[in-house]
Amino acid sequence: MNRLRAYLKSYRRESILAPAFKMLEALFDLFVPLIVARMINVGIGESSPAVIKQCFFLLLALALTGLVCSFAAQYFAARAATGCAARMRRDLIAHIYALDASRLDAIGEDTLITRMTGDINQVQNGLNLFLRLFLRSPFIVFGAMIMAFAVNARVSVIFVFTILLLSVIVFTLMKRTSPMYRRIQAVLDKLTLHTRENLSGVRVIRAFGREEDEKRAFSASNASLTALQNVTGKLSALMNPLTYAAVNLGIVAVLYAGGRGVNAGALKSGDVVALVNYMSQILVELIKLANLIVTLSRAGASMSRVAAVLDTEPGMDFPEMEQSCSETDAAVEFDNVSFKYGGAGAESLTDVTFSVSAGSTVGVIGGTGSGKTTLVSLINRMYDASAGEVRLFGVPVREMTKSRVRGLVAVVPQKAQLFSGTVRSNLLMGNRTAADVELWDALEKAQAAEFVRAKPLGLDEKVSQGGRNFSGGQRQRLTIARALAKNASVLILDDSASALDFATDAALRKALNALHGRVTAFIVSQRTSSLRHADMILVLEDGRLIGKGTHAELLERCPVYREIHESQYRKEDAE
Amino acid sequence: MKTFKRTPEEKARSRIMLRRVLKYIRGRRRYVALSLICALASTACQLLVPVFTGRAIDAMLGSGQVRFDAVIGAAAYILGFTVLSCAAQWLMSLSNNKTVYGVSRELRDAAIAKIQRLPLKYLDAHPAGDIVSRITSDVDTFADGLLMSFTQLFTGVLTILGTLGFMVAVNGVIALVVVALTPLSLFVAAFISTRTYKYFNAQNAARGEQTALINEQITGVRLIQEFAHEEASLAQFDEVNERLRDASLKAVFFSSLTNPSTRLVNNIVYAGVALTGALGAVFGGAHLTIGQLSVFLSYAGQYAKPFNEISGIVTEMQNSVSCAARVFELLDEEELSPEADEELKQAGSVSINDVSFRYVPDRPLIDGFSLRVAPGQRTAIVGPTGCGKTTLINLLMRFYDTDSGSICVGEQDIKQVKRSSLRASYGMVLQETWLKNATIKENIAYGKPDATDEEIVAAAEAAHAHSFIMRLPEGYDTVISADGGNLSQGQKQLLCIARVMLRLPPMLILDEATSSIDTRTELLIQSAFSRMMKGRTSFIVAHRLSTIREADVILVMRDGHIIEQGRHEELLKQNGFYAALYNSQFEAV
Repeated sequence: MNRLRAYLKSYRRESILAPAFKMLEALFDLFVPLIVARMINVGIGESSPAVIKQCFFLLLALALTGLVCSFAAQYFAARAATGCAARMRRDLIAHIYALDASRLDAIGEDTLITRMTGDINQVQNGLNLFLRLFLRSPFIVFGAMIMAFAVNARVSVIFVFTILLLSVIVFTLMKRTSPMYRRIQAVLDKLTLHTRENLSGVRVIRAFGREEDEKRAFSASNASLTALQNVTGKLSALMNPLTYAAVNLGIVAVLYAGGRGVNAGALKSGDVVALVNYMSQILVELIKLANLIVTLSRAGASMSRVAAVLDTEPGMDFPEMEQSCSETDAAVEFDNVSFKYGGAGAESLTDVTFSVSAGSTVGVIGGTGSGKTTLVSLINRMYDASAGEVRLFGVPVREMTKSRVRGLVAVVPQKAQLFSGTVRSNLLMGNRTAADVELWDALEKAQAAEFVRAKPLGLDEKVSQGGRNFSGGQRQRLTIARALAKNASVLILDDSASALDFATDAALRKALNALHGRVTAFIVSQRTSSLRHADMILVLEDGRLIGKGTHAELLERCPVYREIHESQYRKEDAE
Repeated sequence: MKTFKRTPEEKARSRIMLRRVLKYIRGRRRYVALSLICALASTACQLLVPVFTGRAIDAMLGSGQVRFDAVIGAAAYILGFTVLSCAAQWLMSLSNNKTVYGVSRELRDAAIAKIQRLPLKYLDAHPAGDIVSRITSDVDTFADGLLMSFTQLFTGVLTILGTLGFMVAVNGVIALVVVALTPLSLFVAAFISTRTYKYFNAQNAARGEQTALINEQITGVRLIQEFAHEEASLAQFDEVNERLRDASLKAVFFSSLTNPSTRLVNNIVYAGVALTGALGAVFGGAHLTIGQLSVFLSYAGQYAKPFNEISGIVTEMQNSVSCAARVFELLDEEELSPEADEELKQAGSVSINDVSFRYVPDRPLIDGFSLRVAPGQRTAIVGPTGCGKTTLINLLMRFYDTDSGSICVGEQDIKQVKRSSLRASYGMVLQETWLKNATIKENIAYGKPDATDEEIVAAAEAAHAHSFIMRLPEGYDTVISADGGNLSQGQKQLLCIARVMLRLPPMLILDEATSSIDTRTELLIQSAFSRMMKGRTSFIVAHRLSTIREADVILVMRDGHIIEQGRHEELLKQNGFYAALYNSQFEAV
């Protein structure tokens, strides 16, 4: 909640003015029963139409000024709430950019998206209501009590008891029901999941003939939901009748005490009317207050979910100053590197050591989950090795500045993702100053120039969300061009040619071969045919480096590599 | 308000809807009746309380002139009516809950049962998210909205009529003032809400745009980091964010004007009542006592409330009618053709006789397709995407029915056989790896819920899944998360294979069953498959030609026809489409 205060501070004027105006409005509301009392006591009691008219115009004037105050309050509250929410969204996304890959994995994309959207919206709603009502409702409740005391102190003791009784009723019920509502939500989520499963798995369910079981399981959850709803409903349905009863009890007490006051000459009947009015006002506001608390507690939960992300440390420290480069031929070195994902039981990489000289091409091969992608993710420090050291051009990656380590390496990820914008804006991602000639050169090499040229706007062709206006193969070639345009010393292709047909793949490889000697390339693949010309191939199994050498050497020495190769080429075909 | 205007068709539709809703309510008649009686009782009691408050005040004529017996009498009435009203309110809520929750439950059960009986033709063509929202949120909105607002509408109308009735009975002039000012309240509410509508639309548009951008940036955050693109991405975000802030400010502000505005109208009514009442009391013409004036005032103070509620109820009801329409639309969908009652007598041989089938009437897919498969034969189906491979499986499993021609298993036409009996004789591993949000053990035993632990482990070992399962935190008791996120695609596929390994039915269908598994593991599984397929009729669909070399017969399909048929070596010798397909895979790079 400290964070929220900090956000409100930047909207100090609004967050003071909104409740202030709201309080002013409430104050006018509180005067109404007094004026009516005057109308009755003086206007009717002394038969003075002038006083009655005067009071009438006073009521109208109060109503109008109340309206103006209320509009002003709504405006300032809306401004502060929407403004704080916008700032919060900005801070959150900037913080997400800064989180390291293992933190991002741990939190999960879906969670981050809901926090950016749904949760911050809840906070905005809560903030808006809070600024409008948090002063108004208590002010009216206690204001009505104080006004009642001003009318007659003795009778007004009743107000103290009534308010206490009301508070006990409202808060006890809320405290009892709120965990029940959470349970209802949980069962509801379960039902939704179940429905979703029934739809996505319809073929399997029918193939195994489990329709009736699925139906029964759903009905069971459904029945427990209904039971839970009825139990909760029984309790929460008490709220209105009980508060109503408490207030009427108060009114009866006021009538009796008021009657005695009138009899003793301490009160007039108009005063009794005013007291009854104040009692009714309290009821209305207290119900509002209860609703406000429900909304606020929901917003509070959302706020703490947002804060939890903001409080997550970025996880990686990058030095501010660059260490001096040591002279070495090796572009990439792994020195007894091990890596374990946060929360995982086993290591994903164990004790990996190799050295790659600048300008050479390295193949990385291995089965599903053998650690190929993990290995290349350590090169540009997306993750930190849990043990051992990764060096780029002789400098440990941990000692490099962020911009340097990320600048040295260009990655073509497995999943071809583009960003909305234009072809140009995508290509410029890694190298903002690249000239068009360089971009076209990258497109040529990535075998993408032809289809980009065919587009009416060329480089300025729009790329829609996720690049859906390009085919899978085109997207993949654009991501390759994007990496090439970065002009980095190290290029990583993480199984990036899977969506390409054979001809394009071959042409791409030829173009990449031309980079040989200038760029250190890592090619991750499942197929030996893609790697046979690499200077060195790393064979991974269960996170261990079990083979290192050229295609021919590995065929001879490394049984796993041989098996992989043979599973793709039958013996007779390979020979 | 534009929502108030409706076309005759819409009205007719909501009438039909209402009739169907009433059918669901019929079984809960007693609760609805109880609810209406309670609403009547509670409203009447609540309206009477101010009357007796007024009487008590009228008994206070001045110093030494208070008639305590009258005050106490009135107080007793107030207490009595309060208790009655409270009891009635509570009972009303309970019976409403019974009805609403009961109807929701019945609808949800009906919907899930419906899903089991809907043909795949429907399910494949409709987005799952849409069907899910019909079953969950639409059912809730419908039940809540329609039934709750029904009672609210009833109490609202009763309150207004009761209030007006009392006012007219006591003082016609004041009642006239109130009636004259009433439309003002409705007018103001309508005026604001049409304007708010525009701003809400603008806000939703901006919000949609930002959500899309957030989705893109969060799924691509690694790329943003790898390309050191943080600043530029943030600038892009800022631009949308500022627009959303502006749009939200307008929408939030304008929508929050409704309450103060109707409150203003209410206050004007209040002042008007006070003025006419007080003047009437002074000039005596109206015969109005102070107590009666206080009753008028307390009515006037609450008078706008039911109006506000009713205008809200009308929109809510329209909303819930459209939700009901969506729910009933699902429930009305055409179901599977009625079940035959024959059991499958003998699985093994399969014959497909001159079958034609198309998903879309004007797009022919499979035409005049015939095939005869002997028991135990291994049939592989290859061909380019969209050639009808998966469709063939849909027909074999009777997920879809043929348009013409027949498919026989043994001697029986599969349309004459119980679907469950036909499907039980097939083991199926599909490309999409569907697993339940349940433990690994439950998932493997999905086809055979009574399997012993030993059988489950044996099946997992046969599918080469045992070793990775043992490495999971809880082994076989690890719960697979709802999106299967804690398993890799390849691991999920291994589990799907284990699921079939456990059951071992007489016939097998393997559709791209090993597509996400690396080639070495695939080789291991292949050998397990080979053992499994021994003596079993099997159909194998694969892109990887290495998977299907061992088939007894390879069907090469193209555009819904078999264009080549034979063993691997024979087809290579033919040097046709298959040979071309096979060789393209091993072209030198």
